[in-house]
Amino acid sequence: MTSDAGPRRARPYRALAALPTIGLLAGIPFANRTEPYVFGLPFLLFWIVAWVVATSVIMGIVWTLDRRRP
Amino acid sequence: MSPALIVLAAFFVVAVGLGLAARRGHDMNLEQWTLGGRGFGAILVFVLMAGEIYTTFTFLGGSGWAYGKGAPAFYILCYGAIAYSFSYFLLPVIWRYAQARRLVSQADFFVAKYDSRALGILVSLVGVAALVPYLVLQLKGLGIIVSEASYGAIAPATAIWTGTVALVGYVVVSGVRGSAWTAALKDVMILAVVLVIGIYLPIHYYGGFGEMFRAVERAKPGFLTLPASGMSPVWVISTVLLTACGFYMWPQYFASVYTARTDDVFRKNAVLLPLYQLVILFVFFAGFAAILVVPGLQGADADLSLLRVSKQAFGVWPVGIIGGAGLLTALVPGSMILITAATIIAQNLYRAAVPAATDRTVARVARGLVPVVAAVAAVLALRGGETVVALLLMGYNFVTQLFPALVLSLGARPVVSASAAFAGITAGEVTVAMLTASGASIGTLMPAAPQFFKDLNVGIVALLVNVVVLSAVALVTRPRAARELAAAP
Repeated sequence: MTSDAGPRRARPYRALAALPTIGLLAGIPFANRTEPYVFGLPFLLFWIVAWVVATSVIMGIVWTLDRRRP
Repeated sequence: MSPALIVLAAFFVVAVGLGLAARRGHDMNLEQWTLGGRGFGAILVFVLMAGEIYTTFTFLGGSGWAYGKGAPAFYILCYGAIAYSFSYFLLPVIWRYAQARRLVSQADFFVAKYDSRALGILVSLVGVAALVPYLVLQLKGLGIIVSEASYGAIAPATAIWTGTVALVGYVVVSGVRGSAWTAALKDVMILAVVLVIGIYLPIHYYGGFGEMFRAVERAKPGFLTLPASGMSPVWVISTVLLTACGFYMWPQYFASVYTARTDDVFRKNAVLLPLYQLVILFVFFAGFAAILVVPGLQGADADLSLLRVSKQAFGVWPVGIIGGAGLLTALVPGSMILITAATIIAQNLYRAAVPAATDRTVARVARGLVPVVAAVAAVLALRGGETVVALLLMGYNFVTQLFPALVLSLGARPVVSASAAFAGITAGEVTVAMLTASGASIGTLMPAAPQFFKDLNVGIVALLVNVVVLSAVALVTRPRAARELAAAP
């Protein structure tokens, strides 16, 4: 999308934020099955839920790294 | 008075009371009324954003899709996560620009960026055209929830009118502060209710989640995976991308960005909101549990699945509480939509027509418009028609057309001219209207196309038309600013 304004520093870790879009969506055709059930969820639903949780974790990492930089 | 009625009435009174009390100690000029004086911290912005995102669509439509369509419902869980990951970068940029210029509405953003009043009027019209069906949807949802949870004692029409009057009351008095206070109550309630029913129903009726899904799969083979054609993986991917683009283009979400005190609020929320979204998973559980317990709900009636299965499983008091939580999922987004629609009309249409109007007059016009907009929506809600999801999808396609012009304006200066933005949005909206009116899909537009192509969400067509027209006009009307930018490093 867009980068933050202000002094442009290289922040390569911000590319991590693209992972949810790519991982979640690109995986859907391959994850489109019921077996194996994980935590009782059919595999497709598990795949999506796992990526939703991963999105929070990934954005948490980006935020933490951002805060370390002035 | 039946117990369910007492509980529903109590919820209603508390919500409206909170909404009215929220005004205390604040002078209500337009900036206070629409944006809470731009002073909301992380928690209020969080409940406001979550409050707007978890609407009756999530509550009724989410369970209705799980019940009626199965795996395609999972798309609802995907687009939020993607939109939130973008929001980390997108919202602080919007906020900083709006803060520096004291913008009030989404249309203001386009007016300021493109330096074009005409574009502001177009964006306002698009916004109102999308907001009204969304408000209709909330009111319809409110009618369904209250009449179901009161076991038919309150007719949907009575519920819709009562809800509308209450909404108008606290919106006129307290503005967005009323929304934020009721949103806080709503979040606590909906979280509790959805977790309890989403966990209890599968265990009670099936003995567990795995058992429930296996029973559903046995009864309806293939229901838990996406079909090879129709709502296929291609449909999900295109729909999620399209919906994620449109997500923050809703004028009321856009304006709630302005309420924040600092831009760090959005980064925190980008971390928390994806996780919070998992509430929807439990709504799905309720919808799946209903499949074998209350079978036979067809078409639009699928939206009743959550309430019907809850009535089957619980007594009168808990059903009242579930209905009360559902009531809040209609009131909170409804109030934000009302405030936003009234603000847009006053700030970007009325002021454009009467440039000499003072801020005081504009604020008064905005509040005066609240009952008018609400009454229009209530009448439309009573006249029935499409199902919950169909209405939302049309509004979604409307606002999504603003995305290209917004993204192209995020740099220091817009990359394309105002005329290009104007032409692109207009072409996109006309396409949406034509596609909606004709009920077209890519399959009907291009019968000879390969299957994966036919399964693309038809909204992509409107967005493509938008981008093509925008680019064509941009080539002949390059703004001076763009040339300066191109010359700069």
